Amino acid sequence: MTRRPWRAAMLLAGIPLVLASCSSSGGSNPGGNAVTGAITVYAASSLTEAFGTLEKTFVAAHPGTSITFDFGASSDLATQIDNGAKADVFAAASPSTMADVTSAVHPADFTSNKLEIATPPGNPAHVTSVADLAKPGVKVAVCDPAVPCGTVAQTVFSNAKVTVKPAAQEADVKSVVAAVESGEVDAGLVYVSDVHEAGAKVHGVPIPDAVNSTTIYPIAVLKDAPNPATARAFVQLVGSAAGRRVLTANGFGPA
Amino acid sequence: MSPRRPTPGASARRQPGPERTLPPAAIVAPAVLGVLFLLLPSAALVGRIPWSRLGAIYSDEGVWTALRISVESALEATAISLVLGVPLAFVLARLAVPGIAVLRAIVTIPLVLPPVIGGVALFSAFGRNGVLGDSVHGVFGADLPFTYSAVVVAQVFVAMPFLVVTVEGAFRAADRGVEEAAATLGASRWRIFSRVTVPLVAPSIVAGALLCWARALGEFGATLLFGGNVPGVTQTLPTLVLTLFQTHPEDAPALSLPLMGVALLVLGGLRDRWLRTAAAS
Repeated sequence: MTRRPWRAAMLLAGIPLVLASCSSSGGSNPGGNAVTGAITVYAASSLTEAFGTLEKTFVAAHPGTSITFDFGASSDLATQIDNGAKADVFAAASPSTMADVTSAVHPADFTSNKLEIATPPGNPAHVTSVADLAKPGVKVAVCDPAVPCGTVAQTVFSNAKVTVKPAAQEADVKSVVAAVESGEVDAGLVYVSDVHEAGAKVHGVPIPDAVNSTTIYPIAVLKDAPNPATARAFVQLVGSAAGRRVLTANGFGPA
Repeated sequence: MSPRRPTPGASARRQPGPERTLPPAAIVAPAVLGVLFLLLPSAALVGRIPWSRLGAIYSDEGVWTALRISVESALEATAISLVLGVPLAFVLARLAVPGIAVLRAIVTIPLVLPPVIGGVALFSAFGRNGVLGDSVHGVFGADLPFTYSAVVVAQVFVAMPFLVVTVEGAFRAADRGVEEAAATLGASRWRIFSRVTVPLVAPSIVAGALLCWARALGEFGATLLFGGNVPGVTQTLPTLVLTLFQTHPEDAPALSLPLMGVALLVLGGLRDRWLRTAAAS
């Protein structure tokens, strides 16, 4: 019966009224230059923890602001934005994904990430290299080639000259981490930052630079941002020295 | 079954004129809005289908592979659901023991479970670290998750309840007199079940199997998680749509054609023929 309040609200208040009250209660600040009110940030799922830390810094520095995050596969988020999702900021895990978003205003590269092999604690399948991932019986999870972390994984496989038949192609990098953490796969190709964040829940096997591949993260305020002033302030924080410190602490590389 | 028409006595008292058969405007208006709301998304989806590129999209081998895996796995899931589900429906309908109502509720859990939770639940049961993970590995020599079998298992999990619910209703409504007559003539209980009861409810079994197949064909969440969405192995048409939506969202509506066609055929056909027959039996 959870639908009943919704139905009652729609019938009694009328849908236009409900929508109007939604847009006014957000406390957003259209057109103004003051850094206040709420913003919505769409970001690659690999940024979950780093942006979570930056949110605290931002809200502490700008009282009266709040950030709503939507973390997911960059390509998925890009499609949502192109289909009219109301967001103020988009941070993607690859320049090509950012290029798909026509409403991104002057994207700027702010960080980078490399891949690392994550295994369940104890590394039950004794994976020590990318080549080990091609061994029969080793169950590997990667990102779907349609999302940035999957594209990078394909590059790493081709650099290492191995053909890996993955057991699972996940919709985003956090799903790969989850598959590894649950022990359902023997290894997963994830970002260095993901291994860093997972802590003791996974074991990291670094990939040598000769084989590894880097992806650059661009960030942009969106053209139709409901709260552009606050959006710009957040992008500024991400690109600042303080922002870099947080990203570096979370395992990210230089832009 | 509830009577569709007024009883003769009632109709004699107040003859329904034409103005009576038409529902009042206060009911028609929301009903029209309701049907528009349900129809519009599907109609809009059809409107988004890039007809000129349809040939190119469907000449992609990956699409046909996903379609084949979808159709085959849904057929296998339906077969398993029939073997397990018809006896289960019979037990639920006929066994009068305390707790059977609870059992009936348990059977329908997958109907209301969020799809992703369904996937997590399957891992918890049959995954490597699941309750039966070691047993599965011991019997089959391999893990279940991320295999074609995992896709079928996920579909059975979400689709079998449709069959059970449909067939159970028919078993309850079936005429017990015929069974009693067969018993009087000395038929064994198994013979009565297989030769009398099952033929009696056959229309409902067909209806349930079709619903089950259609649901299995469209299964997404548990398949994605438990199957792994690997092209050529565990990627079905619905999970391919997710992948395609991330890179070529404009092509995704084209892949909905076979699924919507099946839905229309199965559900349209069912409503007119099988469900009514089943209700009458």
